[in-house]
Amino acid sequence: MTVVRRPVEPLLWLAFSAGGVLAALLVPALLLLFGVAFPLGWLPAPGYPHLDAVVRHPLVRLVLFALCVLALFHAAHRLRYTVRDGLQLRRLSGLIDASCYGAALAGSAAAGYLLLAAG
Amino acid sequence: MTGYTGLYQRLYRPRVPILWWVRRRSYLLFVLRELSSVFVAWSVVYTLLLVHAVTAGERSYRGFLAWSARPQVLAVNVVALLFVLFHAVTWFALASRAVVVRVRGRRVPGVWIVAANYALWAVASAIVAWVVLR
Repeated sequence: MTVVRRPVEPLLWLAFSAGGVLAALLVPALLLLFGVAFPLGWLPAPGYPHLDAVVRHPLVRLVLFALCVLALFHAAHRLRYTVRDGLQLRRLSGLIDASCYGAALAGSAAAGYLLLAAG
Repeated sequence: MTGYTGLYQRLYRPRVPILWWVRRRSYLLFVLRELSSVFVAWSVVYTLLLVHAVTAGERSYRGFLAWSARPQVLAVNVVALLFVLFHAVTWFALASRAVVVRVRGRRVPGVWIVAANYALWAVASAIVAWVVLR
């Protein structure tokens, strides 16, 4: 068996690292606020005009877009190895890779549409 | 990963039970750490749903808030938060081994790198809270 050279592999590891950093830095605060604190009434949810202005801000959109794309590829990359090696599905690795990265691509397209194109 | 010949694989293939990772605490933590990726992905989806709702108008934003307060959604988010925190802590711990910083030829101790990561985390979280709650 010869060593398969895939020029995309370093890029995937780069996205894995960058996504891991961004997810670690930003997601806990976002999820604590919007997923737990506001629904439980620990803090009053922000008013619509304010949040609308925040979401429309170009810098917020850019940061959210980078976070979404990189965190999705981070998750896809990590899950790919976990499913393949954890469940011992080496024979299905092609299908697993396609599902993981395909889902990350679809999510990135949705993020791009929502954050860069729409509104 | 590569480098094994087909013959080698045919000759020696140890069977590993599928639940090998529940036997030891360190293995279990490793697999849980890897599974945090599922909840990172969920958090991205949740954030995009929020952005979509806000972009669509005030009514759908109210609808999103009501949906997020449903017990099932809340339960998922509480679990997701725990996993995402686990991801952050393990990621920063890893950084001290992965990142080599040298100052005047001497390697900066790992503790400093972890501390710098936590400081950055605090700043990033404060900025998020300030932008959202202002």
